[in-house]
Amino acid sequence: MEPLITIEHVTYGYEERPVLDDVSLTIAQGDFILVIGPNGGGKTTLVKLILGIMTPWSGAIRLRGDVGRRLGYVPQFANFNRNFPISVFDMVLMGCLNAENYLRRYTHEDREKAGAILAKLGLYDRKGANITDLSGGQLQRVLIARALVSDPLALFLDEPTTSMDITSQSGLLELLTELQTRMSIVVVTHDPTPYAQTYRHIACLNRELHYHERGELDSLTLERVYGCPVELLGHGIPHTLLPGHGSAEERP
Amino acid sequence: MSGILSYEFMQNAIMIGIMASIVCGVIGPFVVARRMVFISGGLSHTAFGGLGIAYWLGIHPLFGATAFVLASAVLIARMEEKKLKQNDLFIGILWAVGVAIGIIFIHLTPGYAPDLMTFLFGNILTVPRTDVLITLLLVLIVTVAVLAFYRGFVAIALDEEYAQARRLPVASLKMGLMLLTAVSIVTLIQVVGILLVIALLTIPVAIASELSGNFRRIMLLSVLCGIITCLTGLLISYFIEFPSGASIILIGGVLLGLVRGVKRISARRKSPRPAEAR
Repeated sequence: MEPLITIEHVTYGYEERPVLDDVSLTIAQGDFILVIGPNGGGKTTLVKLILGIMTPWSGAIRLRGDVGRRLGYVPQFANFNRNFPISVFDMVLMGCLNAENYLRRYTHEDREKAGAILAKLGLYDRKGANITDLSGGQLQRVLIARALVSDPLALFLDEPTTSMDITSQSGLLELLTELQTRMSIVVVTHDPTPYAQTYRHIACLNRELHYHERGELDSLTLERVYGCPVELLGHGIPHTLLPGHGSAEERP
Repeated sequence: MSGILSYEFMQNAIMIGIMASIVCGVIGPFVVARRMVFISGGLSHTAFGGLGIAYWLGIHPLFGATAFVLASAVLIARMEEKKLKQNDLFIGILWAVGVAIGIIFIHLTPGYAPDLMTFLFGNILTVPRTDVLITLLLVLIVTVAVLAFYRGFVAIALDEEYAQARRLPVASLKMGLMLLTAVSIVTLIQVVGILLVIALLTIPVAIASELSGNFRRIMLLSVLCGIITCLTGLLISYFIEFPSGASIILIGGVLLGLVRGVKRISARRKSPRPAEAR
């Protein structure tokens, strides 16, 4: 089956300096991809290129015919105006906007869908609240609701657990696991541990991209990506993210 | 009291005041949300360059000001599109160069030196009927455009990148908002003058934001706050002959202080400290 999204030899940078160099990646239906790498390694940039927020210098990003604009985006908090006076419900409704309908009123269907998604994410009783009054975890769920209201085929989340406590984190993971049956999921993160049980592929990104099937990542590759020795995380079953590396690395 | 309404200058002043308030409420909340306050200051000062050239050419000063502010708006929007690291540097330069052009051309204009104070500080009591009609047209354009593109403007004020990901015409919307801000500034210059325009774009919005957390309601309340401050300032100016622009701004400042004070006191009453609760 044709992959959902195909990224071919994409290069992009700011001013003269490239932050992505000859990056290729395919995202298939039902994929759960973790994009990891050091800060400034181009993780967010890659997502923005896929979403069409920016255009690559060279290379191509191809979307399967039926994808169109059915891509959901959950940005980092720093990337939007958190002080904007808008209610939770109106914020979610904005996810329905596109180039054809933004001059018209929201339809009855839009409103019903926004309400249903808020109910599903446990935010229906907060729908009238102002987004400035929400906790980090609640705001994160509002952003996910906004992304889901357009029935995406792929969902992109940029550092979604940063401002979450442990309870909200496990709630998010449950939600992602459930969503994975209906859409591909791409999570950008500097901390892959919470996703240990759910992810299928890992893309290590530091200007160049290294792609790994589940369980094949080792410390040597990570060292190449981060540019320094990286200690792999091992919390024992069932939280082992990566395979073991012999007895020398075992923890007491 | 009804006597003063029979003067044509007073009717003009009231109409201009109300129209300026509508502009405050319609465009001000977007200027504040998109952090365009500094840009607005720059735009209003470039109007001075247009005024100077208009005097020199002997044409209506409002046309010169409009042309200059619109041209500057296009320039700033283009610079923003290029994502320069220091856009504020460019705006600061545009600000000063605009004023300098105005000073030079007014110096070059032979004979009677026009009443510059009116443009720098505004005088709502001396706006002629023709300017009232031009302003009416400008206010209609701004209001209709903002209502038509409301969702698009909210989208770029809230989350520009998301709007881009949804394939909204973000660059055009940004340019449109910039041009509408420019047109609004031309309207406001007549009321409070070049130096004080920023105040009318911000103070009513600040008061409204204290009273509501809903963007539409903030727009409506800003119009209301604008009308209260403009008409009170106008009356003060009429009865005790204070400069009208400065009176309007100071009334706005006092109103903002009052609203904040009342809010703080009522918040304290609602949640008394533990010691008092016992």
